[in-house]
Parts: sequence; structure tokens; C-alpha cells
Amino acid sequence: MEHYILTLLIFIPVIGALVMLPVSRFFGNSYSKVVALVATGIQLSLAAWLYWNFDSSLSIESSPFTLNIPWIEHFNIYYYVGVDGLSMPMVLLTALLSFICIISSWNIDKRPLGYFSLFLLLDAGMMGVFLSMDFFLFYIFWEVMLLPMYFLIGMWGGPQRHYAAIKFFLYTLFGSVFMLLSMLALYYYTTPNTFSLTTLITEAPKIDATLWGFDIRYLIWIGLFIGFAIKVPVFPFHTWLPLAHVEAPTAISVILAGVLLKMGTYGLLRISYPLLPFEAIHFAYTLAILGVINILWGAMNAIAQIDMKKMVAYSSVSHMGYVLLGMASIVSTSPAGAQAGLNGAVMQMFNHGTITAMLFLLVGVLYDQAHHRWIVYPDNHKDQELAGKLAFGGLAAKLPVFNAFIIIAFFAGLGLPALSGFISEALCFIGGFSAFRTLTIIGTLGILLNAIYFLRAYQRVFTGPFNEKYSHLKDISSRELVTVVPIAFLVFLFGVYPAPLINIIKHSVADLINIFQTAM
Amino acid sequence: MDNNFQSLSYFLPELAIMATIICVVVSDLIPDLKKYNYYISIFGLVVTALLLILGGFSSNEKLLFNSMLIFDSFSFFFKNIILFSTLSIIIVSKYSNELDDEYRAEYNTLILVVLLGMFLMTNSINLIMIYLSLELVSIPSYVLAGILKNDKKSNEASLKYVIFGSFASGLMLFGFSILYGLTGSLDIDSIHNYLVNVNNPSAVLFSIILILAGFGYKISMVPFHYWTPDVYEGSPTTVTAFLSVAPKAAGFALFLRFFTSVFTSEGAMDSVTPLLNINWPLLLAILSAATMTVGNVLALRQENVKRMLAYSTISHVGFILMAVCTLNSIAIYGIMFYILMYTFMNLSAFYMVIHMSNAYNAVDIDDWKGIGFKHPVLSAFMVITLVSLSGLPPTSGFVGKVYLFRGLFYDKEFIWLGIIAVLNSVISLYYYFKIVKSMYFYENEKLEKKSAHPVIYLSIIILSSQNLLFYIYWSDLYNYIIKLF
Repeated sequence: MEHYILTLLIFIPVIGALVMLPVSRFFGNSYSKVVALVATGIQLSLAAWLYWNFDSSLSIESSPFTLNIPWIEHFNIYYYVGVDGLSMPMVLLTALLSFICIISSWNIDKRPLGYFSLFLLLDAGMMGVFLSMDFFLFYIFWEVMLLPMYFLIGMWGGPQRHYAAIKFFLYTLFGSVFMLLSMLALYYYTTPNTFSLTTLITEAPKIDATLWGFDIRYLIWIGLFIGFAIKVPVFPFHTWLPLAHVEAPTAISVILAGVLLKMGTYGLLRISYPLLPFEAIHFAYTLAILGVINILWGAMNAIAQIDMKKMVAYSSVSHMGYVLLGMASIVSTSPAGAQAGLNGAVMQMFNHGTITAMLFLLVGVLYDQAHHRWIVYPDNHKDQELAGKLAFGGLAAKLPVFNAFIIIAFFAGLGLPALSGFISEALCFIGGFSAFRTLTIIGTLGILLNAIYFLRAYQRVFTGPFNEKYSHLKDISSRELVTVVPIAFLVFLFGVYPAPLINIIKHSVADLINIFQTAM
Repeated sequence: MDNNFQSLSYFLPELAIMATIICVVVSDLIPDLKKYNYYISIFGLVVTALLLILGGFSSNEKLLFNSMLIFDSFSFFFKNIILFSTLSIIIVSKYSNELDDEYRAEYNTLILVVLLGMFLMTNSINLIMIYLSLELVSIPSYVLAGILKNDKKSNEASLKYVIFGSFASGLMLFGFSILYGLTGSLDIDSIHNYLVNVNNPSAVLFSIILILAGFGYKISMVPFHYWTPDVYEGSPTTVTAFLSVAPKAAGFALFLRFFTSVFTSEGAMDSVTPLLNINWPLLLAILSAATMTVGNVLALRQENVKRMLAYSTISHVGFILMAVCTLNSIAIYGIMFYILMYTFMNLSAFYMVIHMSNAYNAVDIDDWKGIGFKHPVLSAFMVITLVSLSGLPPTSGFVGKVYLFRGLFYDKEFIWLGIIAVLNSVISLYYYFKIVKSMYFYENEKLEKKSAHPVIYLSIIILSSQNLLFYIYWSDLYNYIIKLF
């Protein structure tokens, strides 16, 4: 059981997708969502079981869950899956959000079979990325996700869905082909040729070659960085994100922001950092600058948005900037600073996943009823009388329960103490401050900017005189409550008691810092 | 082996093809037998396949007919691909509505003649034989392109094909004559032995360029690709599918054999240095970059599916050339591997086009709107094929591309080509997915579903499922290719 649990985690959704075909044929299309719910439910319980039995102090090689069997022998490709402190939070996040998204997509009635089977394939791809310890396998799962995502955005999305889908696809592919070249370079420049990420930790720094006058390891690092940076997305590669997030259906936006963005930073921590620590140190300052730009640029863009979903999308850009800043602070001369920064980065990956999921879900709840999500109508709105006017107003009194959750989500987003976002952001800044003092001080402006757009949006939509046009709105339904309550619980829990989260990540983070301490 | 009679025993598959050709022609003349020509062709090809496979087990190299031809496992591999695609095309052509029933026998005969020519192309080692086999492929191909007598586009395709083809073979002949003049021999091994000591590299370079023009035309390499889109668009789709696969495989077989055995210092498949230090690999690398880029960029704006696939073929040729210019045996394995994958991918894509034009008269990408919901199974397989063509995992197209890239990392000179290649695969995704977009992102309720003929249906499914199959089991296939040598 122990050896195969990770394989099960990856392939349960695939089995679900296959079972769905006969089920929907014999019982009707609407039963496909039941199958999807069962499959993700099993996956979630497996992930929970894994969490209870997970010993964070064990390395991947010594962990009982690791499975390493040959796949393509003459090419040294292994089916190598394993879990450690970096991937554990991501596995939990993926399983949880997938399950929640199935519930949140319960009302999808346009081609449910296609939607839910593609969703499950996407789920399998995401799980695979976080669990593979063989670069080749990692790359395959990384790419496998693109196709379902393309269809999910392009077929079930908003008005500009076709454009958003292909833009997402091309952008990500553009990044991943460079990753492919770097991957092959890593493989062919090491002896013995290997894709194993644990072996490459010792082998990759030994690569000694030049290409066009550059050290090949710098080029490899840059290739990997392009691949991961587009996924994060790091400024200036972020332009696919607002479009894809806004056009995707609610559940897919949740997955995009909650899980897919984390793959970029996860990839940096899993591959670029341990394999090429010298280059990571070399590029750390650049990374920190990009992180700060992300924080400020994302937040300033979010302030300018009048579409709630777009605002949340830009807030993701800003929040991922904290992760980058925290990660860059691994070069801090004080071990405590590096530790804080890196722990903060990994925690922020998890916390942003939950907070942004909640934001997207809640915006989706409002959109389902009101059929639009403007904060202020745009100037070129088709109804000239409404153009430039406030769209909602005073919803707080009308929808008290919904309002309560919105408050939690918005305040978690702006980093209010006692909610989970605060702790991880603070840790990122502590780490950042110990390594890049001036930059971090500039970066803290982001906290202020974040508060501006969240509070302003809240004020415009939920306070003030009630807009009678929306008297038909109903408060959040019990199904929607099921989707947000567990997330809200986690946001509170990790806000006041982050120990369970820190405990699973701290050993892996410490290992990573050790690699860097010896490198410096 | 000097005795021509002894050589005949290694020539049985070709003899079987000739017998089949005669039988098909004769059956066309006898009214009662006319309708059987299809079955005769298939029977003949199956016999050929058996003879080929049985003969292939004795894999020692042998020179046939006074060193006109060589019998080796390299040609055996390509002959299998060529025979498979020809058989598959003949089977499917019967169910294509485009072709005139009157001329079925002519059609089959011509394809069989091309097949014979391609078989000879894979194992010719004499300049005259090379030229003759190339013409034996080209001339019937001109007729095949124009087989729709009353269709203007088909006539145009044929004419353009003839003009370009004759021009290119003229250039190639010129190149051959220079080689003959320099060395006084027609046998490629003796030519190589003379050339190693020749002290006139510029004459050799000149002949390389001229020969490259001839071969480049056959495999549609830029800048000799201009005929490809027009011919592919105008020909009947079955002919297009055929031309895009089998002659390309044969062309690459000839290309690889000729260039590695004549224009390298070692004069063998696993050569690593070019002859007299003439940097033709660099020339080829530039042409490869140009081929894939031109193919992909021009494909972006195409609305006609056949035309788009024609440009996509050009870009794939560019990818394969990328591995040719690295000059090592690993790259050769990669090319063989890729051509096999490519055969399957392209055939299945074209069969879907045949089905679409049979059932819906679809010509443009817009005509495919909503097909995804009318033919869920076929469309799903078409998506797999297109993903494979664009080289994304989890498909064999991805594995094939990785193998093509592999050579670049052994010979680090050409890593820039790898970067151009990966950027090209991003571009290619855009136009392949225009078809996917058309199939799935639009509803077309007016469309009346017309199911595909079971033969076409099965062909599409079998050919596309290899994209997943060889993805999982590719190591066995690769080991098999290595074992051939």
C-alpha cells in the first residue's frame, strides 16, 4: 500500500475519467459528475491518509512512499515518484481544491461528460507534477495538463474564451520548450546520463562546459527559469494570466490560480534551486527584483480593475511576488533569515492557493446570480445610462452570510493578522529584509496597495445604499457553503496556528538551505 | 555477388510488385476481371510484404546486380514503412469518393509503380540507378497528381509538379555528372574513395549543392518546396496522403545513404566528419532552420486543410533535416524512428481529411465546425494525432522529437538549431489547434451526421492509437532499430 499510494493519487482521477464513459452512457450524462466527485473524494482521502502517515524528516530516498521503477531503460528514464515537505502541501492543496471544484461545478450542464472527464485528467496531471522525482516524468505531466486546460477554458469559458485558451496554451508551451532543452542538456552533460532529480542534485553542479562563451549551467538555469516564470507568472510574462483567469469558468479559475501558478514556484524550488545552487545564488538578486515588481505591478493593476474577477487575477500576480521574494532570500547571510524566507515562500504557496480559491469561488457565486461581476460599469457599457456607475451596492445587508465569507476572503487577501495570508507574507518579508533591505522596504508598499483594492472593492460592492435591481439575489446556498467553509477553516487555522503546515515543510526547507550554505 | 541470377533471390519483393503491376494491368483489360483489380493489388502487396519480411531475416549486407543495388537492413526498415503506407493507401482509396471509378485500375497501377521506384530508391548505390529510381517515382507521381482529369486544380497540380520535378532532376543530373567527371565512376563507394583524395573541394561543393537541389525537391526542402502546397492541394486527398509519406521516407533513405557514404570522410552511416572538411552540415543546418520556419509560418495563414498539412509536412522535413546535419549514428536512428512515427501521424490526419471530404465536402478549416460533437471518437483520435504532430507529450510525436534533438547534444555545434526548432514547435501548435478549435469550440446543429465507412474509421483509429502506443512502448521499437545494425 505504502509504495503505491502516490501512484494511486495520480491515477485515481484517470480511472475515474475512464469509468465515466460507460457510466454516462448507461445512466445519463449527468451522472458523470457523481463519478468525478467519487474519484476526487477518494483522492482527497488518500491525500489525508498520506498526511497522517507522512514523516517530514525522511528524505525522498528513505521515505516509504517512494516508488522508483525503470520505465525506458536504455534512456535511463524511471517512473520515480516521491513526496517530501515541498510537495506535501501542494498535494494536499491539489486534492482539496479538485474536490471542492467538482462540487462548485455541480451546475455545469453543458456537455458534463467532457467537462468532468477533462477536469479529472487535469487533476491527474497536476498531481503528477508535484509527485514526480524524475525530470522526464515531471515534464510529461507538466505538458499533459495543457490539453485539458485548453479545452476547459475554450469550451466552457466566457466570451473571449477561444482567444484566452490558445493564448494560455501557446504561452505555457513557449516556456516549456525551453525547459525541455534545459532538461535534455542536464541529461546529456551529466555522467551517467540521468533524469533523476535526486541524483542530479549531486551531479548537476559538476557540469563543466561552455556554449557560445557562456557557462552551460547559466544557460540551463535561464531555460528552466523561462519555463517556470511563465507559469508563476513573473513580470513581464504575466499577460496570459488575467485573460485566462477571467475567461475560464469559476472552478477552472480556482485551479489555475490555486494550483497551476504554484507549479512555477514549485519547479524553481524542486529543480532550479537544488540542482543549480550556484546559479540560483547568482540570479537571486534578479529574482528578488522581479518579485518586488510582481508585488507592486500586480497590486497597481488590481487597483485599476473594475471587473472583480480580473482584480482577483491581478491580486494573484501580486501575491506570487511574495513567494519569489521569499525564495530569493535563501541567499541571506543569516540562516534565520533564509529559513524564514523559504518557509514563508512555501507557506505562501499553500495559503495563496486557499485564499485565492475562496476569492474566485465567492466571485463566482455572485456572478451566477447577478450574471455580471462589474464593480463599476465600464464607460463603454452597452447600456449608456449605466456606464461609469457603481454596479452593486449595499449587498452586505441583503446577503449576510455571503458577506461574512467575503470579508474573510478579502481580509485574508490583504494580509490581516490572524488569517493565514499574514503569517506567510510576514515570513517572506522577514526573509527578504535580511537579504535585500532596500528592495524589501519598497516591496512592503505592496501591503498598502493590496489593502487599497480589496477595501475599495468591498466598500463599493457591499456597503452604501442598496441597489434595488438586485433584490432578487439569494444568499449563498448550502452547496456553495460546502465549497467555501473548509477553505475558510484552513485560512483561520493556519492564521492562528500554522504549526501543522510548518512542521511538514521545515525539514525539506532546511535541507535546501543546507545545500545553499555549502554552496556559498 | 556477381551473378545476376543469384541476385534475383534477394530481389523477390520487387519481382512480386512487378508481377502485381502486370496482373492489375491485365485485369483491367478483361471486362470480367476489371472489378477485381483492387483485390489483386492488395493480394500482391501482402505477398510482397511476406517476401520482404522473410527475406529481411538474413540481414547480411549483399551487393546485387553487379553492385547496382545493396541489400541491407537500412533499406529493409524503410521498405517496411513504404510498403505499409502504400498498402494502407490502396485500401483506403477504394472508399474515397473523390476518385473516378473508371480509373481505379490505372490509379492502383500507378501507385504500385511508384512503390517499385521507392523500393529501388532505398537500396540504389549507383548514380544511374539512383537517377532511374527517382524518375520511376516521380513520373507516375505527376500522373497521380493529375488523375482527376476534369478538375482544374488537379491539372494545375500535375503541371506544376512536372515542371518543378524535371527542373530539379536536371540539376541533380548535372551534379551527378560533375561527380562522374571528377572520379570516373558511377558506384558511390568508388566515388567516395576517389573523392577523399581529390584536391578540388569547390567542385565537390558545387556538386553537393546541385544534388541537394534534386533530393531537396523530393523531400520538399526549402527553397525547393514551392511545388508542395499546390500539388498537395490539387491532388486527390489519397494521393496527397501518399505523396506526403511514402516518397518522403524513400527520399530520406536515399538522402541519408548518399550523403553519408559519399560526402563524409569515413564513407559510412556512422560517419562523423564531412568530406574534405566541406562544411555541408552547416549548409544543411541553415536549410533545416529555413525549412521548418518557412513551413510553419506559412501554415499559420492557411484556411485549406490540405494546404495547411502540406506546409506542416514541410516543417516536419525541416525537423528531420536537423538530425541529418549532426552526422552521427544516433541521429540516424532518431530519423528512422521519427519517420516511422511521422508516417502513422500523417496518414491518420489525412484519412480524417478524406472522411471529412467524403461525408461533408469539407475543404476549409471552417467546414470542420462542430465535428467534434458529431464524431466524438474520430475527433478525439484526430486531436491525439494533431497533438502528436505538434510534438507534445504524451504522444509518440514528442518522443520522436526528443530523439531528433538528441543528436544536437552530441555535436554541440548546432544547439542554436535546437532553439529554433523548439520555437517552431510552439508555432506549429497554433495552426494544428485551429483544427481542434474548429472541431470543438463551435456548435453546428444544422450538420447532419454521416458516419464514416468502417474501413476509414478503423484506419484512423488504428493509425492514431500508435501515437499513444509507441509513446508507452517506444523503447522496444528503438531497441529493434538499433538491432538492425
